[in-house]
Amino acid sequence: MNVFKQVFLFYYEGFRGMTVVGKTLWIIIIIKLIIMFLVLKLFFFPNFLKSNFKTEDERINYVTKELTAPVNIN
Amino acid sequence: MLDNMFLSSVVEWSRLQFALTAVFHWFFVPLTLGLSFLIAIMESIYVKTGNEFWKKAVKFWMTIFGINFAIGVATGIILEFEFGTNWSNYSWFVGDIFGAPLAIEGIFAFFMESTFIAIMFFGWNKVGRKTHALASWLTAFGANISALWILVANSWMQHPVGMTFNPDTARNEMNNFWDVLFNPTAISKFFHTITSGYVLSAVVVIGISAWFLLKGREIIFAKKSIIVASIFGLLSSAVLIFTGDSSGHNIAHTQPMKLAAMEGLYKGKQGAGLSVIGLLDHSKMHGDDKKAFLFNLEIPKLLSFMGYRDLNAFVPGIDDLVDGGYEYTDQNGTKVTAISVEEKIQRGKAAITAFSEYKKAKTEGNTIAAEDAKTRIEDNFRYFGYGYLNNPSDVIPNVPLCYYSFRIMVGLGFLFIFVFIVTLCIALKKDGNFKKWVLYLSILTVPLVYIASQAGWVVAEMGRQPWTIQDLLPTVAATSRIDASAVMITFFLFFVLFSILLVADLKILFSQIKKGPNISNE
Repeated sequence: MNVFKQVFLFYYEGFRGMTVVGKTLWIIIIIKLIIMFLVLKLFFFPNFLKSNFKTEDERINYVTKELTAPVNIN
Repeated sequence: MLDNMFLSSVVEWSRLQFALTAVFHWFFVPLTLGLSFLIAIMESIYVKTGNEFWKKAVKFWMTIFGINFAIGVATGIILEFEFGTNWSNYSWFVGDIFGAPLAIEGIFAFFMESTFIAIMFFGWNKVGRKTHALASWLTAFGANISALWILVANSWMQHPVGMTFNPDTARNEMNNFWDVLFNPTAISKFFHTITSGYVLSAVVVIGISAWFLLKGREIIFAKKSIIVASIFGLLSSAVLIFTGDSSGHNIAHTQPMKLAAMEGLYKGKQGAGLSVIGLLDHSKMHGDDKKAFLFNLEIPKLLSFMGYRDLNAFVPGIDDLVDGGYEYTDQNGTKVTAISVEEKIQRGKAAITAFSEYKKAKTEGNTIAAEDAKTRIEDNFRYFGYGYLNNPSDVIPNVPLCYYSFRIMVGLGFLFIFVFIVTLCIALKKDGNFKKWVLYLSILTVPLVYIASQAGWVVAEMGRQPWTIQDLLPTVAATSRIDASAVMITFFLFFVLFSILLVADLKILFSQIKKGPNISNE
């Protein structure tokens, strides 16, 4: 049996033979990951610089402006 | 004015959200760090003795480990989401220094951890006993190495080293990976943090075992678990005290304001004592003549010794650090006079102005002006972040919070040592009977150890305020220009999500504990 098949069977049988607690935990993990990556990341946590500026230069200019013109520098 | 209010609101909500996520994440991490080693130790006993009792014990603690791991896994990634959305100036400014350790953590440690966890849980009938035990050890090391990279990144924020600021890209660029990895702050923080996780895990194992003893169930399992956990807890506590001392020594040199806040020390002195317990006068302000304490019990000269390994060394207080003028020995061993925060603010503003002029000169193609500006940036860069502050007193963190959190952490730490010694002595006796108060105390220490663990992070993170990166970038300059209400909404969203996860965690955990390992008491 090749190594990939062995690894596949290891995980396949492992998941099949899981206890009720194990299955519950996996359901929680999957729901959690879906909420995190498909809801939170997509709709609530866009990367501010990547979503507002297309190029690296634009980002550099923006951050430079932010850092050199802070509102509280008198 | 409005702009200031807007920014302040975004900063506060972003900080609050980050704190909520970090506290929740840290609820799971320390148990993973320590319980993985306790499991590996018990499994090694099983491999050595061949006694099936230990196999059942390992399986029970593995279930507890698995629940904790499953609910906690990936909660740290939310912190990275927040960096990109709420803290974009910071994320850009830190450049690859923060990214590199996190990437290593993701690629190396996480996969190592995940692979061997699979063998731990799925491999009982598929691999040999020794291989299985090896997988358990590697899971434990993987989890701890994973923590190393996160703590290296955190330590860089506390004591930035091994980088150069590039004004062309507006980022800090790593010029020495080893300086970042072997940053003295990172070394003491790593060992202090992981050993605190070991103590927490030992307390949890003893607490759960005490519950079984109180119910008159699983007596032998509980006693043997207590023996292993209390020895592990005692050894870890010894290292914890040593690393705590080393952290204190390190902070005295790299973050003296944090040390002063932790001690409620306003006026510096030679031969400074360490406050054991005290009551701060909350109306005390920088520069006034009021006493810092309404009541204070201290160990003479200990703070000087901890900070500088000299019983008579001068420990600067908050007033000294703000006003400057005291003498100290710098990293090169030269005696220098400390400059005031007011002067640091001026030098910070000079660095920021030079940065602005550099960009302008580059755009205009004026090489001479650009070089001149660059020199001024380099000369003043160590005070860059001060340029964003309005008042010298902005550098003072929340003194009561730091002072009391530190005493909660240390005081409870000594309580846990007491519990380890008492439970170990009783469990080692042939017919040792645990008194009810010992069992109740052991159970009570479980929530207390989580409080102590979180209090440690409160000291570390609140003590370095106002900085996200020590001296280089305050929180006020680190956030994104986003709507504060958006951060507020996600804060409450997280609060609900985390609460649901926590309830699920505790519910599953309690039901599994109630089931117990089902080992006969022969």
